[in-house]
Amino acid sequence: MSARTLLVRGMIVGAVAGVAAFLFAYLFGEGPINDAIAFEEAHAAPLAPGEHEHELVSRTVQSTIGLATASVVYGVALGGLFAIAVAVTLGRIGRISARATAGLVALAGFVGVALVPFLKYPANPPATGNPDSLQQRTGLYFLMLVIGVAAVIGAIVVSRQLQPRFGTWNATIAGTVGAAVVVGIAVALLPAVNEVPDGFAPVLLWQFRLASLGTQAVMWSTLGLLFGYLTERSERTAAVVRAQPVTA
Amino acid sequence: MSSITALPTPVTAPAPIPLRQILPWAAFGAVLAVVLLYFVGAEQGVTALISGETVHEFVHDGRHLLGFPCH
Repeated sequence: MSARTLLVRGMIVGAVAGVAAFLFAYLFGEGPINDAIAFEEAHAAPLAPGEHEHELVSRTVQSTIGLATASVVYGVALGGLFAIAVAVTLGRIGRISARATAGLVALAGFVGVALVPFLKYPANPPATGNPDSLQQRTGLYFLMLVIGVAAVIGAIVVSRQLQPRFGTWNATIAGTVGAAVVVGIAVALLPAVNEVPDGFAPVLLWQFRLASLGTQAVMWSTLGLLFGYLTERSERTAAVVRAQPVTA
Repeated sequence: MSSITALPTPVTAPAPIPLRQILPWAAFGAVLAVVLLYFVGAEQGVTALISGETVHEFVHDGRHLLGFPCH
């Protein structure tokens, strides 16, 4: 198994995961987005007579090709980073197969990249963000992302260190609790952002955020499971090739 | 034969890939990923390499649903 093979596989699987995430996002996310845009337009200042709203990219394009492109490109990027993480962890986190390693790394990635930032700065539908605070919100979001990834890596490193002395279960619990405490402190200390306007339906906000988290869950589970399946299959093929008797 | 088990593949950890062999591919993959993520998640938000709003508007729905802060 080479790092190059894993990287290429990760990016291809990432594209597939992006397509799966797009389908989920299209089915469950577009409804809330359209409702949020309707709210935004109903509460925007009315246009002067004869003035037209200039639409740079149509809603149809945004919700189909635009969403698909964003999902697939995001998937390819995540898939590449995921593959590098698998290449590093493979054979270094205990006696588990490549397939199980891929699954665990995907779970860790979902938690660090998607779930932890979501806990503090969840995805917001259109009409719920103040453009003036975008810079601050962007900074805080990426800070939370870095904290999430660092906490997950820290949990794995600490568990691995403690494993010989305390056993797999206890070491893993200790590492995970440590990471949860770090994330909890960050959530408690970082400034809150709430710019959801009055009158915005709570159910709509809930549906949008659930769709957003679901999109990430579909992305990461496809990535982890498909990558694991393909890696195990190629390992077996290589093993069979090695086991073939040499015929002259 | 005792070596034949019911498991299709016995659980043996794969051999670790040497870090020195991973490094160049990790650097290449990471740079590529950061560029891609920037265009999906952040271009024409706080910073803009391309003027206008077209990139932002094109990936608009994806940016919202993938959780990036967006206008």
